[in-house]
Order: sequence, then structure tokens, then C-alpha cells
Amino acid sequence: MPAKRYTFPAITLHWLMAVLLIGLFGLGLYMSDLPLSPDKLMFYSWHKWAGVSAFLLVLLRLAWRVGHPPPPLPEAMPRWQQAASHGLHHLLYLLMVAIPLTGWLMSSAKGFQTVYFGIVPLPDLLGKNKELGELLEDIHSALNFGLAGLVVAHVIAALKHHLVDRDDVLSRMLPLRQRYR
Amino acid sequence: MTLLRLTLAALLLASGSACAVEFNQFQADRSTLQFVSKQMGVAVNGRFRKFAATLAFDPARPTAATARLDLDLASVDAGSADADVEVVGKSWFNVKLYPTATFVSSAIRPLGGDKFELAGTLTIKGRTHDVRAPFTFSQAGGNGVFDGTFVLKRLDFALGDGIWSDVSTVANEVQIKFHIVAAPAAGSK
Repeated sequence: MPAKRYTFPAITLHWLMAVLLIGLFGLGLYMSDLPLSPDKLMFYSWHKWAGVSAFLLVLLRLAWRVGHPPPPLPEAMPRWQQAASHGLHHLLYLLMVAIPLTGWLMSSAKGFQTVYFGIVPLPDLLGKNKELGELLEDIHSALNFGLAGLVVAHVIAALKHHLVDRDDVLSRMLPLRQRYR
Repeated sequence: MTLLRLTLAALLLASGSACAVEFNQFQADRSTLQFVSKQMGVAVNGRFRKFAATLAFDPARPTAATARLDLDLASVDAGSADADVEVVGKSWFNVKLYPTATFVSSAIRPLGGDKFELAGTLTIKGRTHDVRAPFTFSQAGGNGVFDGTFVLKRLDFALGDGIWSDVSTVANEVQIKFHIVAAPAAGSK
């Protein structure tokens, strides 16, 4: 019989990334409109460090997931909803990988190398190129708004499962070990 | 054989013979003046698009050489559009009041081989400080090529005052890299 709950590492990674992604999104929105200042340079560095961290965490998550498949969706869920759920999760993972990659490439194209925590330099895969930098900025931004939309859908769906369907789809991802229902 | 010839040539040059060549025709389009600043620990490249050098360098008589560099601070490429606007402003170069920076050599001494040391004064934003820069001299295509680097402390020249004076975001040390090409004097050789 398959497990009903997500594993502890999966739950930890999920919520850690939730906090990180919301923070990254907010910081990204805020910092990009700031006039140039030391604070702006600092925020950009923090954003890059957090972004590299998110990328490493999503790789860790994917690796963990391969060995620990998520618990199956409730039998009672209509097929189309199950398909939508799988599709949404695939898209979330795709964007969680693609967004930091576009950020890294955009940084290189704009002539600012990414140095993780100011210590570990990431190679510049692209040379400095103004037009390419601006294009990647647009892509990075568009993918982020796409991810934000999907996260909203993800949250609404989870709440709908919990409050309307009253199944364990949300509770099995909650960190507390208590039973809901 | 080549080595022998070079040695002979060096001996001839060192003896101050008549075949000495003075490089004094600055080649603006072949010369570059770049700088590397560190922002949050990350090296960011910049350069000046417009500058002029007045120099006279005879490899046979390096100690008699002189150099002067005038650079148009508004021609700066500081690495991004944002930064280009920022660095010409009041906190940094303040180009309205101080449009040019000037370096004037005071002494050049040989360090052995193709290495030399350039000493002089650098004036930026009305502040003058002594600088020393090791450089190498080489010849390419009949031109003299001078390559050197030195590090200046931006706060010595009040570059980046106010909020920018915190050196934990933009480091105080800025590396300057010069690559100056000069043709030999017309009529020499």
C-alpha cells in the first residue's frame, strides 16, 4: 500500500521553496524599479544568491522525487482533474528550473557575473550583449509572472481540496504530523 | 641566432646609439583604457572611450621618457546604462565641474627586460595623488605598445561619496588597465 503522506524531506523542500520563491518574486519586482544605489546592488546580489539556492534546491527535490514518488491522488478525483494536477506540477517544475537559468544567462549577457554568496563564481555562458540581455530580462520576467499565476492556481486547488472536497491532498503536504479528518 | 641578434640589438640600444627610436605618435584607435571595479565582490568591467596620450619613449633611454594622459570622463562605459548615468554625476566624476582626468609622469625607471615602472601624479575631480604603475613595453608592427595596470583607491579622489562611500558594496580599489600604442616619430629609423 503506497504512503498517504509526502516524506519529511519532500515536505521540508516544498515549504522551504515556497518561502524562497515568494521572497525572490517580491524582491525581484521591488529591486528592478529602484534607482541605482548601493542597496540596489546588494538586493541584486541577494536575489542572485537566493536564485542559485532555489535552483540547487529544485534539483535536490527532483532527485528526491525520483526515489520517492508522491502519494497517489484520491481515487474519487475526476480523471480531468488528475490530468490537470499532473500537468500543473510538471509546469511548476519546468519553470522552477527555467527561471533561475534565464536569470543566470541574463546576468552574464548584461555583463555582471553571478558569484554565489560573493565566493563561488558561476561561469558566464554568454558574453556581454545588450540586446540579448534585454531579451533574457523580458523572458525572465514573463516566466516569473507565469509561475506566479501557476502558484496561485496551485494554492487555490489545494484549498479547494481541503475545504470543498475535504480530502487529504493538502494535509499530506503539511509539516504537522497530526491527522486532518 | 635570433637570440644573438636580439642581444646585439639590445647592446646597441643600451649604448645609446643613433639607431634609437622614439615612440611619440599616440594611436588613439588602437589604445584602450579599461578599469575593473568590484561590486558586491563581483568584478565589473568598464572603459573610457575617449582619451589622449602625449608621450615620448625611447627604449634606449627610458629614464628620459615622458607621458601624459588626458581622459574625457564623460566618455565612460561603466558597465551598464544605469551606471553610465550615475558615474558622471555629482557623487562620482562630477563631469560638469571636472570633465577631464589627467596623469602626468614624473619618472620612468627600467625594472629589467621589457619591464618598467611609471611614476607620476593622477588628478581626478580636483584631487591629485601619486601613482606608480609597472608596465611592459613591446613592439608590434613597428609600433610601441605599453601595457600596464595599477590600482587606485576611488575614495582618495572622492569618487562615490555620500551613500556610495560604503566600500562593502563597491570596493575602494579600482584596477586600471592601460594599453597604449604609439608609432615611432616621423623621420626616425
